[in-house]
Amino acid sequence: MSDPVVDGEEVRHVAELARVDLDDEEVDRFAAQFADILSYFDSLDEVPEVDREADLANVMRADEERDSLSQEEALANAPETVDGYFKGPRVS
Amino acid sequence: MSSDLNAFITEATVEGSADGPLAGRTVAVKDNISTEGVRTTCGSAMLEEYVPPYDATVVERLTAAGATIVGKTNMDEFGMGSTTETSHFGPAENPAAPGRVPGGSSGGSAAAVAAGEADLALGSDTGGSIRNPAAFCGVVGLKPTYGLVSRYGLVAYANSLEGIGPIAPSVEEAAELLDVVAGPDPHDATTQQDDGRDVGPTGDADFASAADGDVEGTTVGVPRELVEGADEGVVARFEDALDDLRDRGAETTDVSLPSVERCVEAYYVIAMSEASSNLARFDGVRYGVSGGYEGNWNESFARSREAGFGEEVKRRVLLGTYALSAGYHEKYYAKAQDARAWLQQDVDEALSEADVLASPTMPVPPFERGESLDDPLQLYLADANTVPANLANLPAISVPAGETDGLPVGIQFIGPAFGEASVIRVGSALA
Repeated sequence: MSDPVVDGEEVRHVAELARVDLDDEEVDRFAAQFADILSYFDSLDEVPEVDREADLANVMRADEERDSLSQEEALANAPETVDGYFKGPRVS
Repeated sequence: MSSDLNAFITEATVEGSADGPLAGRTVAVKDNISTEGVRTTCGSAMLEEYVPPYDATVVERLTAAGATIVGKTNMDEFGMGSTTETSHFGPAENPAAPGRVPGGSSGGSAAAVAAGEADLALGSDTGGSIRNPAAFCGVVGLKPTYGLVSRYGLVAYANSLEGIGPIAPSVEEAAELLDVVAGPDPHDATTQQDDGRDVGPTGDADFASAADGDVEGTTVGVPRELVEGADEGVVARFEDALDDLRDRGAETTDVSLPSVERCVEAYYVIAMSEASSNLARFDGVRYGVSGGYEGNWNESFARSREAGFGEEVKRRVLLGTYALSAGYHEKYYAKAQDARAWLQQDVDEALSEADVLASPTMPVPPFERGESLDDPLQLYLADANTVPANLANLPAISVPAGETDGLPVGIQFIGPAFGEASVIRVGSALA
């Protein structure tokens, strides 16, 4: 498979998906590094298909009431709160 | 306590109970393990002021066992690094090799133990983050089998790979600390439950008694793929350690693990993908750096994460997002899962011929500070020997194996699932 082409536009697109603002310098640096790293990841093409045997079991617990954090504790690390709630940004 | 090493992000004293197996011992705790009332930063600006409202299960077990917690140790940001240089709080020194990095990401924990600033320490290991700094600082570090030690209260980076484990001056002391923290936890459904379903722990572990140094009749398998290409001085110390084991009655045999050639890329694809999902929680609303209230929530979250995350964290979150995005999921993430299953088959086969597998822990001696920061891929490649145990969910220990040009070298032993006793026994023959 050909090396993936990563340009600044693609880095900005992924950064937008990941909700991370980047400055121009970071975009340039990441574009060069991502091209290197992703072309290295391309060697995964050589991995044979393997039967994946998942030996998994559900772990259940009784649905019983138990102690949880108080509202005050849950809010203690919030940058801003209003009337006992987290204050979030506008949705749109 | 000396703070010259920058081994601690936060010094604190949490007294344990009056008696117990760790009474009178001091323990340093990596700063991604939650401590109620003591800030827990993960080495990140994002959590610079975060104070957990609850203790991690391992912290409860430490204090119940009589240990005194002496502080929260420096680390690569969110565990993402192998030098402790990506910490927002500055790099830690290596007391065993001045001017060199202490390794990472649990570099502060290893440095604290190596310098005697704590008797013991807890680290976490996602791709080598306990064993790498143990090797670089000349101490012992053990990554347990996935599911042996509760991750409740460990700030998540890559859940399918990571675990908490001990760092100590000797194998026996590491095993004593493991005895205290191991065992099922109702708060972590991935701990092996004591329901007769498997050979998991019962909660009254006795790994310390396995540290008897008796390797008579033990077969040590050597995957040559993990020795070739390592630094000459490192290989020389590794071979000396094997000689030592043979002198004590162990046998060594070469084994082949062709799948390890693809492990680094599989590890990074899986770790970055999981990181991009786990770190989505950092939006600056419930904790962390606020992105303010200008514009809509996407804009606010993006500002929070720009301000709160360092460069390596951004790099991994973006690459993980890329690897999981439409059109690339099959090419990267699905193939990485195939590589993981392939390795698991390979290792099962190798461990049917040998009791433990041995390799140099790190293919190189400790890096000079600043040496590796500009080329992330080169640094990732240095994880080649440590990531297989995480991908295969197996226990692995790093034990000091002397020095090359005055720099510490570690030897790693990998055992079968829940075979901590076998890596502890072999390791204890050396340290």
